[in-house]
Amino acid sequence: MDIIQFIIEPLQYSFMLKAVIVSAVVGAACAVLSCFLILKGWSLLGDAISHAVLPGVVIAYMIGIPFSIGAFVFALLAVVLIGLIKTNTKIKEDAIMGIVFTTLFALGLILISQVRSSVDLTHVLFGELLGISDYAALWTIGVLSLVAVIILVFRRSFLIFCFDVVHAQSVGMPIRFIHYAFLVLLAITITGSLQTVGIILVIAMLITPGSTAFLLTKRFTVMLQIAVAVSVFSSVVGAYLSYYLNISTGGAIVFLQGCIFLLVFGYQAVMASRVKLKEQLVN
Amino acid sequence: MQYAIDMKDVSVQYGTDVVLKDASIQIPYGTFTGVIGMNGAGKSTLFKVIMGLVKPVRGCVVVCDDSPGIAQKHGHVAYVPQNEVVDWDFPVSVYEVVMMGRVGLQNIFKTPTKEDREHVENALTKVKMLDFVDRQIGELSGGQKKRVFVARALAQGAEILLLDEPFAGLDALSERSLTQLLVELKGEGKTVILATHELTSLPDICDRVALVKRTVIAYGLTEEVFTRALVEQTFDGIIHNVNFDK
Repeated sequence: MDIIQFIIEPLQYSFMLKAVIVSAVVGAACAVLSCFLILKGWSLLGDAISHAVLPGVVIAYMIGIPFSIGAFVFALLAVVLIGLIKTNTKIKEDAIMGIVFTTLFALGLILISQVRSSVDLTHVLFGELLGISDYAALWTIGVLSLVAVIILVFRRSFLIFCFDVVHAQSVGMPIRFIHYAFLVLLAITITGSLQTVGIILVIAMLITPGSTAFLLTKRFTVMLQIAVAVSVFSSVVGAYLSYYLNISTGGAIVFLQGCIFLLVFGYQAVMASRVKLKEQLVN
Repeated sequence: MQYAIDMKDVSVQYGTDVVLKDASIQIPYGTFTGVIGMNGAGKSTLFKVIMGLVKPVRGCVVVCDDSPGIAQKHGHVAYVPQNEVVDWDFPVSVYEVVMMGRVGLQNIFKTPTKEDREHVENALTKVKMLDFVDRQIGELSGGQKKRVFVARALAQGAEILLLDEPFAGLDALSERSLTQLLVELKGEGKTVILATHELTSLPDICDRVALVKRTVIAYGLTEEVFTRALVEQTFDGIIHNVNFDK
């Protein structure tokens, strides 16, 4: 089978066409956010939020409203809880995040065990891109494109926020607002990505592309471009792999991203050791 | 108009912790002040009050004839951070960091204008870092790193420069050239205030000294305030290796 056919053929099916477009958009939006997230050192926070949305999803399922609404409410709840405990105790933030997200995730598991038909809900845990409805696909594309555009338009402010909060504050930038705006955008992105890769793997989409790009460049703009390229590539190729090999879409996408990261890391390690060796030979 | 900073009976409290009590200090424009005190004595709190980041529970603060909040909006106060709090692997160039000095004056999208670029280039010229604009900030020497942040303060158009331990980790040569730069800025009317542990070189650099221990114990001309008795009171002990007789 030639390569063109390999690419075109699955797209005849509307479910596959949808899957490719949605995964590309999710990949791009997560990649943009990931650059800021890893520079700010907030990776764990993304992990916390993604797990904390589970009860929201189950409750939404029980009362028959869209998953994303329930997920978003619990994402905000997690953020507020973490902030509240942090400002009122001496416990370190990573421990607080650990407590909050596991407790909420556990609550989600309890609720799931109470819901009879849990078929739909495993989709939320592990993603079900190939079975996404038209409505959900449009919703995901719209919301995540909006998030990506907002972050890109205000990228300079977010970058200063990540780099030097004290300076930003000392020239009167609205730090609190930027802080919470960033968290809300993060919550929206996680919520919107659930259908694609699921609760457990969404954090990979929010850490790996930025990290891979960070290894490759010292320019932020370039970092953004590499992250988006790597992430969109993994998402689209992952969708194809899952179609042809009949494997989990979320699994395929995230595994690909991880492999690319390891390749880049390995390449750099080899190059670095070669440089070292040369220096030793010269001396 | 005489004082860049005018504080009267300022008290700051974190929870139940009183970190500054009835601190008063009047720092004139165009002076070079060294703030000394032990760790946790309240030096950084003093800086935060000047920057408008901490609101005192009592007392009155005037910065450049305005409230700290207004001074902040005008970008009158610039802060040069301690080396260890900066993420030197961050993917930003020298130029981009100095451009960050302009954000308070830019539109909501923070798009650099021609005027912004001119200010950035002038600031970089002033600190002699124009040849390094494209360097990632981690690729600089300790002294160059400090100059970049001083340039950011200049691009901001700040009247008051606050520096936290600027000489920590610098070799003698870098320390001297940074000092030279700061003295030059003072000569141009900027108010320079630095927190330091470097007692030995302090009298050569600063024309004024503030001694801080939970309050401002003393503030004034170096030759009047930087005395053995007062400094030892500040540090709760005997000070060696410092020549107080200059």
